[in-house]
Amino acid sequence: MILLNKHRFNKPATRIGIPVAYHISIQMKTFKMGGIHPKEHKFSAGVKIQPATIPSQVIIPLGHYLGGPSLPVVEAGDVVKVGQLIGKASGFISANVHASVSGIITKIDGHIDASGYKVPSVFIDVQGDEWLESIDKSPEIIRECTLTPAGIIKVISESGIVGLGGATFPTHVKLSPPPGKTAEVLIINAVECEPYLTCDHQLMLEKAEEILVGVSILMKALGVSRAVMGIENNKRDAIAIMTKLAKSFEGIQITPLKVQYPQGGEKQLIDAVMGRQVPSGTLPIEVGAVVQNVGTTFAIYEAVQKHKPLFERILTITGKSVKNHGNYRARLGTPLACIVEQAGGVPEDTGKIVAGGPMMGRALSSLEVAVAKGTSGVLFIQTMESARKKMQNCMRCAKCVVACPMGLEPYLLMNQSERSMWSEMEGDRIMDCIECGCCSFVCPSSRPLLDHIRFGKGTVGKILRNRHAKK
Amino acid sequence: MNILIFSILTLVLIGAFSATILFFVSRKFKVYEDPRIVEVEAVLPAANCGGCGYPLCHGFAVACVNSDTLEGLVCKTGGLKTMEKVAAILGKEPVSFHPTVAVVRCGGSCEVRPQTNLYDGVKKCSVVHNLYGGNTGCSYGCLGFGDCEVSCQFDALHVNPKTLLPEIDEEKCTSCNACVKACPKAIIELRRKGPESQRIYVNCVNKDKEDSIRESCSVACIGCVKCYDECAFEAITMSNNLAYIDSSRCTICRKCVAVCPTKAILELNFPLSRI
Repeated sequence: MILLNKHRFNKPATRIGIPVAYHISIQMKTFKMGGIHPKEHKFSAGVKIQPATIPSQVIIPLGHYLGGPSLPVVEAGDVVKVGQLIGKASGFISANVHASVSGIITKIDGHIDASGYKVPSVFIDVQGDEWLESIDKSPEIIRECTLTPAGIIKVISESGIVGLGGATFPTHVKLSPPPGKTAEVLIINAVECEPYLTCDHQLMLEKAEEILVGVSILMKALGVSRAVMGIENNKRDAIAIMTKLAKSFEGIQITPLKVQYPQGGEKQLIDAVMGRQVPSGTLPIEVGAVVQNVGTTFAIYEAVQKHKPLFERILTITGKSVKNHGNYRARLGTPLACIVEQAGGVPEDTGKIVAGGPMMGRALSSLEVAVAKGTSGVLFIQTMESARKKMQNCMRCAKCVVACPMGLEPYLLMNQSERSMWSEMEGDRIMDCIECGCCSFVCPSSRPLLDHIRFGKGTVGKILRNRHAKK
Repeated sequence: MNILIFSILTLVLIGAFSATILFFVSRKFKVYEDPRIVEVEAVLPAANCGGCGYPLCHGFAVACVNSDTLEGLVCKTGGLKTMEKVAAILGKEPVSFHPTVAVVRCGGSCEVRPQTNLYDGVKKCSVVHNLYGGNTGCSYGCLGFGDCEVSCQFDALHVNPKTLLPEIDEEKCTSCNACVKACPKAIIELRRKGPESQRIYVNCVNKDKEDSIRESCSVACIGCVKCYDECAFEAITMSNNLAYIDSSRCTICRKCVAVCPTKAILELNFPLSRI
């Protein structure tokens, strides 16, 4: 057994004719604890970003990000232009919402979002495509930024920018570190570790220079002199372009990373790039890091240099049996059904439609759901693949413990969640769970670990919030 | 022989010595417990259901003995008879109360509320509620996975496999509140049993507006205010497009049942009317 392992370990180095990149990838940086490598299936890689057709009606959700929902500042019957403010942030951890089309507001009513619950949304009937005059539509790249750091953060907060990686945390909150803490390094998350999704990859290929200008704007806002962009090694073309262009920018470094899921998680990326571990229950600023997604960086460039608020995003339509999988630039509020139709309609053997990637995305209950700020893609999973296997007993193989990137014990947490042992779960650091789904992925008994853990995390979170409110 | 006598004597002496110590210790650290607590506990149903709001039947007995009146202290499982016995033991005035029963306020069976998607995860209402709105068009209605059935220790609640709605056995239900706590959608409510178990309630908790409800469920309350206008006793209140009947004011005149356009108001245990 030992001999066999030794042989396997030596194989890449001793064999002649091994590809150089593979050889390098062994020494490449990655996070230290747990992680898995699901099949990548990046079918839509290299497909140019096309604009999605503007539908006849858009439904813009008002509370589609982490934090308090925004309050509508328009009424039914109002005429709006593209980029006009329609929802105002209701607090510090909240974001503005802008009209993504021009037209008449028909009503403000509840509409289902990806979770299947109704959220207040603004319904706009589209008329033409009239943009606000302040928005610069020219393709010119403006590299100089004259704003002060406080001015940049103000523009970002007014433009309603949230993290476009999927967690949708308001960006201006991340850029204002709590008193006593200073950022040392800005980390740009260009990992895109989710299988199937390619929107960030394609964005890097097409808008590389804009992204780098966005990075330098962010560095100015944070007052840091160093920025590291982590890109997984399965995007070699993006690494090449970025490395070439980054030479003309001061302090921006491109770091290729070993392909490993969930490297796009904030804490995993900090570990991979800086080699520092974020302590349990704290924010990344504790170790001097601020992490921003590459899509967010591009949105920041557009907001600061082109005065364009966040009203469109890039999403991937993909799946094994999808005809025209590709990357689409869609206006917020476009019903997913419209974009799916453009991509060739729903394939016949579809078992599940997922908003986001296969690991962390949400299965949709309806295609009426509108594109929100956090919708990174629509994935069609075939019937055979989507079916769950029969659950069997836990055999204590500890594969989930090995795979967990946060060092938790998923099998134990699931048992506790089934038995409503909330205080024990809190002691076992359930709130550290990032819901990446590695445990469910590796379980040979196909136990629904994440289902139970997510429920337990929700309940413990509620208990903690109540306790916090009482104090 | 000597050894035998010697060891017996030693044991007797140790025993006597320990008994003396224990006697004095028990005198010194004696905790006085009202003998009536044991008596009260004996007449309680010993279900330990927690419906009274106290931990175990013992906790309820202690509370009964310690309070001046029996106001607000109700053993719903035992009912009026048990409370009369408790009052007799304690020499206090028995307080009358309305017996209650759990009702499921959702009429969305499989026929009237079609499924819009299939759920294949963990079959628990609490997990589903945490994950998404449910497998029908109504995100307020019953999920039908039976968390309430598991929580009921009196075998009074069963999910009907045909309608996928829980059904309550009135004879067995003690209104202990366990199913109310177990339901993540807050559909189950404890309502007054009413005279001869006759009662009326709005069989829906959907707070959406009319146009969006009609698509998802045909027996939902659409907030049309017709019952509110019809009621002469101000028993019906409207909030968030939903009617609610206050059982303490309702006189069971059944006028609201007749005007409801979606048959969302349910009447139970009334004799069939002759047409």
